Amino acid sequence: MSQAVVDVPPKGGFSFDLCRRNEMLSGKGIQPPSFRKTGTTIVGLIFKDGVILGADTRATEGPIVCDKNCEKIHYMAPNIYCCGAGTAADTEAVTDMVSSQLQLHCYHTGRVSRVVTALTLLKSHLFSYQGYVSAALVLGGVDVTGPHLHTIYPHGSTDTLPFATMGSGSLAAMAVFESKYREGLTREEGIELVCEAICSGIFNDLGSGSNVDVCVITKGHKEYLRNYQMPNPRTYVSSKGYTFAKGLTGFRFLLSHEDGCISISRCSWCLVKRF
Amino acid sequence: MSIFEYNGSALIAMVGKNCFAIASDRRLGVQLQTIATDFQRIYKIHDKLYIGLSGLATDAQTLYQRLVFRHKLYQLREERDMKPETFASLVSAILYEKRFGPYFCQPVIAGLGDDDKPFICTMDSIGAKELAKDFVVAGTASESLYGACESMYKPDMEPEELFETISQALLSSVDRDCLSGWGGHVFVVTPTEVIERTLKGRMD
Repeated sequence: MSQAVVDVPPKGGFSFDLCRRNEMLSGKGIQPPSFRKTGTTIVGLIFKDGVILGADTRATEGPIVCDKNCEKIHYMAPNIYCCGAGTAADTEAVTDMVSSQLQLHCYHTGRVSRVVTALTLLKSHLFSYQGYVSAALVLGGVDVTGPHLHTIYPHGSTDTLPFATMGSGSLAAMAVFESKYREGLTREEGIELVCEAICSGIFNDLGSGSNVDVCVITKGHKEYLRNYQMPNPRTYVSSKGYTFAKGLTGFRFLLSHEDGCISISRCSWCLVKRF
Repeated sequence: MSIFEYNGSALIAMVGKNCFAIASDRRLGVQLQTIATDFQRIYKIHDKLYIGLSGLATDAQTLYQRLVFRHKLYQLREERDMKPETFASLVSAILYEKRFGPYFCQPVIAGLGDDDKPFICTMDSIGAKELAKDFVVAGTASESLYGACESMYKPDMEPEELFETISQALLSSVDRDCLSGWGGHVFVVTPTEVIERTLKGRMD
């Protein structure tokens, strides 16, 4: 009697069933793919009334920019946001997962989430994967105990700081913070300093670029300023653009489906012309 | 050589005015030898949702079969088709599940969502979504494709103009890539009709 194996949707978590095949392939000299990273400059600072987070918006795949305007400031809870650097899939997945866990915890306790809860959930997940989940995070928020800012490294270590930077542009941004940061900044001064730090990363680090995203979190209120500054507009845009005359591209076969009926119309045969 | 360069592929999806277009090349190779010139990379999930899969062809086919399975289950349970945004999240989750032993596949998803608003998205092989408002590309020719689309794309193109633009972008880029080409396959989808065309390009 033969046994049928039914492919039921798995219950969640990672599945390792292709690992052996992939190892066999790399043994034969076939390199594994590069993953989308978020080169990145991410920063956070604590000001008089709360926390300000900032991030650039470039996503890279090797040396190529694959997304000129991605979002690196992820929502965790109404009062907590998290910036992510490292492998894009890892930062998105880990922040989404902890965000769901936080919401469940919130329903369970009946209280607004605390930043340290998010911190512990993130660090224990990352530590259990021993750094293989490559996510470097700047976590910030305001809860009943006040404003908090933490950095989380891929191996699971954390720091609690008044100002923090992460990512490939972190040195450029930290230089700005170290010279200009002081306690008790106002909201405008804080936003200006964060933008300056991110711009420093954008212009000096090749892994960061495009626009500046800012998120201001205060007690009971948050403001997500997407594309707060756009210091890299596209210059010299040709106003006409490229136009291609209809019928320029030759196609062999025309099959159109209109409301369910299929009709084959004229075949046009010509070599592809270029402008 | 990289695993993505084993079979070769080129995929673009572009957004137009209340429509989208998705195009692929037609070559299937084993490293430098061409073994098929009519390989299908773009699959229909439902009338208003298409997915193109670039990268290792065997993983593309396996992934497609798993996605069709999941979508059919969804249709049975929900009694409706999946929205493109939901489908993109599903693909992302299926790819991330294999984070440490991934499918060597980069999907390009294109569909018409609520109110027939066009939606396009691509991901890397572990499911990092990139939602774009203009165009997305994938495949061995991706560097040329980025350049061609960046210069040829205009917002709010009508279906006919969109077809011309995406075809020119695809054919120009695959001409500069040994591993993809041998013509093209273009789907232009509007709320009322789907037009599928095959392009003749350089056969080398």
